[in-house]
Amino acid sequence: MIVPLISLTVLGVVLGLILGLAARFFKVEGNPLVEELEALLPGSQCGQCGYPGCTGAAQALADGSAPVTLCPPGGRAVVAALAAKLGVEADLSGVKDAVPSIADVREELCIGCTRCYKVCPTDAILGAAKHIHAVFKEACTACGSCVEVCPTEAILLRPIPPTLQSWGWLKPDVQPRAANEGVLAA
Amino acid sequence: MSFLSRLKPRGGVHPEGRKASSADTAIRAMPLQQRLYVPLQQHIGAPAKPVVRVGEKVLAGQLIGAGQGNISAPVHAPTSGWVTAIGDHPAPHPSGLPAATVIIEPDGEGRWIEADVPADPFALAPDDIAARVGAAGVVGLGGAAFPSMVKLDASRKSGVDTLIINGGECEPYLTCDDRIMRERAAEIVSGIRLMQRAVGAANALVGIEDNKPEALAAMRAAAAATGVEIRAVPAMYPMGWEKQMIQVLLGREVPAESRSADIGVLVHNVATAWAVQQAICLGRPLVSRIVTVSGGAVAQPANLEVPLGTPVQALYDACGGFNARPARLVLGGPMMGHQLTHTSVPVVKGTSGVLALTQSEIGLTQPAPCIRCSSCVRACPVGLLPLEMAARIRTDDLAAAVALGLKDCIGCGSCSYVCPSSIPLVHYFNYAKGELMAQARGKLKQEATKKLAAERSARMERIAREREEAAAARKAAKEAREAAAKEAAARAATTEATA
Repeated sequence: MIVPLISLTVLGVVLGLILGLAARFFKVEGNPLVEELEALLPGSQCGQCGYPGCTGAAQALADGSAPVTLCPPGGRAVVAALAAKLGVEADLSGVKDAVPSIADVREELCIGCTRCYKVCPTDAILGAAKHIHAVFKEACTACGSCVEVCPTEAILLRPIPPTLQSWGWLKPDVQPRAANEGVLAA
Repeated sequence: MSFLSRLKPRGGVHPEGRKASSADTAIRAMPLQQRLYVPLQQHIGAPAKPVVRVGEKVLAGQLIGAGQGNISAPVHAPTSGWVTAIGDHPAPHPSGLPAATVIIEPDGEGRWIEADVPADPFALAPDDIAARVGAAGVVGLGGAAFPSMVKLDASRKSGVDTLIINGGECEPYLTCDDRIMRERAAEIVSGIRLMQRAVGAANALVGIEDNKPEALAAMRAAAAATGVEIRAVPAMYPMGWEKQMIQVLLGREVPAESRSADIGVLVHNVATAWAVQQAICLGRPLVSRIVTVSGGAVAQPANLEVPLGTPVQALYDACGGFNARPARLVLGGPMMGHQLTHTSVPVVKGTSGVLALTQSEIGLTQPAPCIRCSSCVRACPVGLLPLEMAARIRTDDLAAAVALGLKDCIGCGSCSYVCPSSIPLVHYFNYAKGELMAQARGKLKQEATKKLAAERSARMERIAREREEAAAARKAAKEAREAAAKEAAARAATTEATA
């Protein structure tokens, strides 16, 4: 009984020592590309891409294991910036810009459980136990983390209503006549 | 005279004037309505802050909204009466969204507040003139509604040699500037001289399109022996664009992405000059303006002097209503104005015209593919390539459109006007400009939220570290206590043994 215990302990200590030394002496500086890619990402650590935060996503992008279209909240602008940085062609056809939204707490359903503000990556929710929570619309990135943890489905992502300052013309809905329309088939 | 000035102005189109219907009748005073809807933002910049309460009695010219920030303008009560509400009302804006509005119920007396009138307006210090213009809420009345004081102050500081007064009025249908020049030329010339003093400009020039001979004659008579020069300019669209006006009058071209002040010129509209004269010589803030009501569907086209805040519907009614089915109601001119969303929107400082156009006047046709005829390139007064920019914007390549000069586009509509395929070119450019602004706003927000996220993760790390440290401290304290207890026990044992 005592022999395997001692041998395993010694093995663990020795291997741990080797690993520790290796970490110190064979240390690899972080890929500078990862930092540059991370700077292009929204930085809200929302995890919608499936990676643990924007650093993880940047790492995956640098490895080439993730497509440049991985970031849903970033929209087309982020895809274009990432593609330019990595020098790849991006297929923008499938990427939709999400309608600018913010989280909205429905006061009649909120029970003041405080779960949402604990997961908010940008501290955009104000609340206290057994008090109705509120969202700071300037700080909310619509990452949806709070929506997932809310036990009463009191939080929804709602599109931000346009104001006189933010309103803009819609893209003209032009369907030009087909170029060959009216041309007799040869 | 430089060589450039003899060149024909670049681009431009010659739309039918259609001004005769409203140009020949004198300005009429608009009867007072039951309610006036005075928006707190009638200018470019920060909205004014309301300084009156609901139920308060106000006098004509009394301050009801104070300007806030560097670029802003105050708002005054158009007549005497009561403030019945301060709330949202549809704004005269293409979106039709509501804006903060002070609603005034006139008492019909039209009593003015006591005015502060200087003994000799022309002896005022230049900065005092600008300050009085600012306090009177005067903004550019040509349509842009940029606060006039900001322009006067900036021009005085940077130093301009020429003050140009824009009497171009190149938009079809509109005749409000034409009428004000014919009827109030003396006041306009006083206003010009006051502005000239305010900025210290050596020359003052008035450019008036040659399709307004009566206005030219009236202004020449009023400006005789004042040093203000009146000049006729060729009638074409967009002659009222200030950079075009500068090029035709002075032969100087304003470089891309810069302002007229950069080449030592300040441009104001003729109606603004009148408002400046009213503000300084009579102490009257800007509470009314001349509005052209015209178009094929209006029974009696006219120019009305309208208290700000009057709903547009009342203007149509005052002109005999419609005598044909209007196909489109337009706020502003037909080239740069926008479709009315609602006839309850109020007249504001920048409203130059209210039109009701019939189907035959608007002539809608379905857009067809671009045939690359380059008519739009010849029409563009800025020298851009509208067809190329629109093609880039259609495929969402905004960066390429910006590289082609999108930011220099003034949205004059000349390209859309001449396009044989009826491509909505200006609509593309307006969309792209809005989209670029939205992107810039998004970027600002992203930077702010990124900072918040970084602060939060730093805080979380700090809390975890502190918790660990506290645990370690507790553990150390416990060990120390135990050691002390053990030591005490040992000491007790030894003393017992020795005893």
